[in-house]
Amino acid sequence: MAIRPHPGLEIDGFTLHQQLHKGGFATIWEVTHALYRTPMVMKVPTILDGYDGPTIVGFEVEQMIMPRLSGVHVPRVMGQGDFAVMPYIVTERIPGTSMYSYFKRAPRPVAEVIELAARMAEALHDIHRQQVIHLDLKPDNFLQRPSGEMVLIDYGLSRHDQLPDLLAEEFTIPMGTFPYIAPEQYLRQRGDLRSDLYALGAMIYELATGKMPFGQPEKLSQVKQRLWRDPLPPRAIRADIPEWLQEIILRALEVDPAKRYQSAAQMIFDLTNPMQIRLTARGHKLQRDPSLAVFKRWRTMRNLRAFAAPPSVAAQIERAPILLVAVDLSPEMEPLCQAIYLQIKRMLVNRPDARVACVNVIKTARLGIDQATDAAGNNLHVARLVALKTWAEGIDLTEDRLTYSILENTDPAAAIIDHAEANRVDHILMGARGHSTTRRFLGSVSAKVVAEAACSVTVIRLPAKPVDTDPNRIS
Amino acid sequence: MRLALLTDIHANREAFEAVLADLSQRQIDQLVFLGDIVGYGPDPGWCVDQLEALVAKGALALRGNHDRAVTTPDNVLNSNARRVIDWTVNRLNARQKLFLSELPLTIADGDTLFTHASANDPADWLYITTESTARPSFLVCDARLIFCGHTHRAALYSCDLAGRVGQINLAAGQTMPLLHSRRWLGVIGSVGQPRDGSTLASYAILDRDLNELSFRRVAYDATTTARKSREAGLPEALAQRLMKGI
Repeated sequence: MAIRPHPGLEIDGFTLHQQLHKGGFATIWEVTHALYRTPMVMKVPTILDGYDGPTIVGFEVEQMIMPRLSGVHVPRVMGQGDFAVMPYIVTERIPGTSMYSYFKRAPRPVAEVIELAARMAEALHDIHRQQVIHLDLKPDNFLQRPSGEMVLIDYGLSRHDQLPDLLAEEFTIPMGTFPYIAPEQYLRQRGDLRSDLYALGAMIYELATGKMPFGQPEKLSQVKQRLWRDPLPPRAIRADIPEWLQEIILRALEVDPAKRYQSAAQMIFDLTNPMQIRLTARGHKLQRDPSLAVFKRWRTMRNLRAFAAPPSVAAQIERAPILLVAVDLSPEMEPLCQAIYLQIKRMLVNRPDARVACVNVIKTARLGIDQATDAAGNNLHVARLVALKTWAEGIDLTEDRLTYSILENTDPAAAIIDHAEANRVDHILMGARGHSTTRRFLGSVSAKVVAEAACSVTVIRLPAKPVDTDPNRIS
Repeated sequence: MRLALLTDIHANREAFEAVLADLSQRQIDQLVFLGDIVGYGPDPGWCVDQLEALVAKGALALRGNHDRAVTTPDNVLNSNARRVIDWTVNRLNARQKLFLSELPLTIADGDTLFTHASANDPADWLYITTESTARPSFLVCDARLIFCGHTHRAALYSCDLAGRVGQINLAAGQTMPLLHSRRWLGVIGSVGQPRDGSTLASYAILDRDLNELSFRRVAYDATTTARKSREAGLPEALAQRLMKGI
């Protein structure tokens, strides 16, 4: 590195102003450029004299990955500097402070915990969709825009599906931040997006209880303990944490990645639909597991070399989608419902980690009285929910991966499209009625969903019945 | 500026055509041929004519050991290779032979060096197959990017600020940013005689603006090439090789 950063330095058109932050591996500077009006920051790695491999490779990884990311949850890159002169990355400056300041004030009220958790998961899902695993999630690496969206920074330990992993070749010890690092990262596995969900679970635990699930280990041997030792349940620390929130946190903190949420989108689904969560022993427990259970786990886990990992980020997202099934439960639609039922069962064979959201739409009148309560006094809403659950019986999924929603809208297609978008649905499955003149002029629900939904849509249609031809008819 | 890097075509017309067809669908500004247009394969005349026409339109081309063997006896070639060279000599006219003999061994283009086998001794036809055989190429020149062929297997090596040479595992279809903090040596896989277990023709795209390299594979009709090879009376092992990619 020929030049060291200092206030007033001009490089590639950027002018350095005050130093904003000095960390262990890099300094952050406020910079301006004649061509950009956006506030910007420059990150310059602190490279020790002589050869400083880990810092250099970490920064190279960041220089490779950041320009490939886009969208609101990632800082926009304005420029990069050469190692021959001075290595740097210039990005837009996100106003405000990192989540670190929130975490210092933990425990936070439950409503705030849920909101922040959902927003962090949303940012995470965005980078996962862009084939990147962060692998170093911690409060310092989440910034919040004034508009509310979380921005993920610091990609020095990250992994991109489509790029060679320079870090795997460089390091022989586990990398990451000890309080949040996932068990498989301890085993030096760097290819599983569920590692990020574990770290997020540890962060939500901290935000809700004010304590870190595994304390602040300083030695690797202490990190290893999370392979068999379970954390104190959050409700044992703070009684007003709802059971469903504990369920979410402890599910994310499962040791085996296969038992955790399988995608950030599935975690967001639970954070935003808490009433649909089916509680298990995880949600109810108030004590750590008894010593005998921990001892048994220790015996098996201490020699574990690796967990089963997905082949790629894209493959994991593909095998764990959120499927939305929209069914019309009126009696004349029974054969169609049956066909949809068979189709969803077939789809689940290939995607064992899918979640299925079953949806039924009550079409409300554009004007006029509320139809939700019918003459007999039965609540239509409840009746439909019961019918929907009856229909879905036998779809071979554990309860927690099967949810039911009754939507009300004057426009059933719009209701399905909105619900799919709000819940990050990957694939919609629905039926289409047969052809008729009315539908040709007024348009069908399925046609509108196919045209306007942002995800894939599969439409099931029954074969048309053969028309009886009258031999005596003169045409 | 996007460059397509092709090497070791080895008189395989079908593979050469398939790669050119694939390139015509992509924005490519310049073609670079890293040598061995002839040898092993049954279509030397057609391939040399095609290359000559492309060079006339601005493509860069290097001489490989098989191209050299057409005009200068080479005792190092294996027996199959030598048999095919003896066969090839009689199928090239004087103009084609002159064209091959006038090709250069290396071309330097800005911060980039192109060579057929290695940078350290271009005329000695060394094979770069490991980190230790890649290191001398970085030592003898100061080019930031070095590209060669000759081994018939795609590979990528980098040399960091401390001079450590490491192999980067770059799968076909992936893109590697050629970071300025390192120097790079790309060994391009063979168009006409792949030897890495896949029968697909191999080449690479270098994007100068984005500073990225990617290895690509293209399917071609190897059965036809193998049939022509047998009909021409070339060694059976060479036809087998095309069908198995070994």
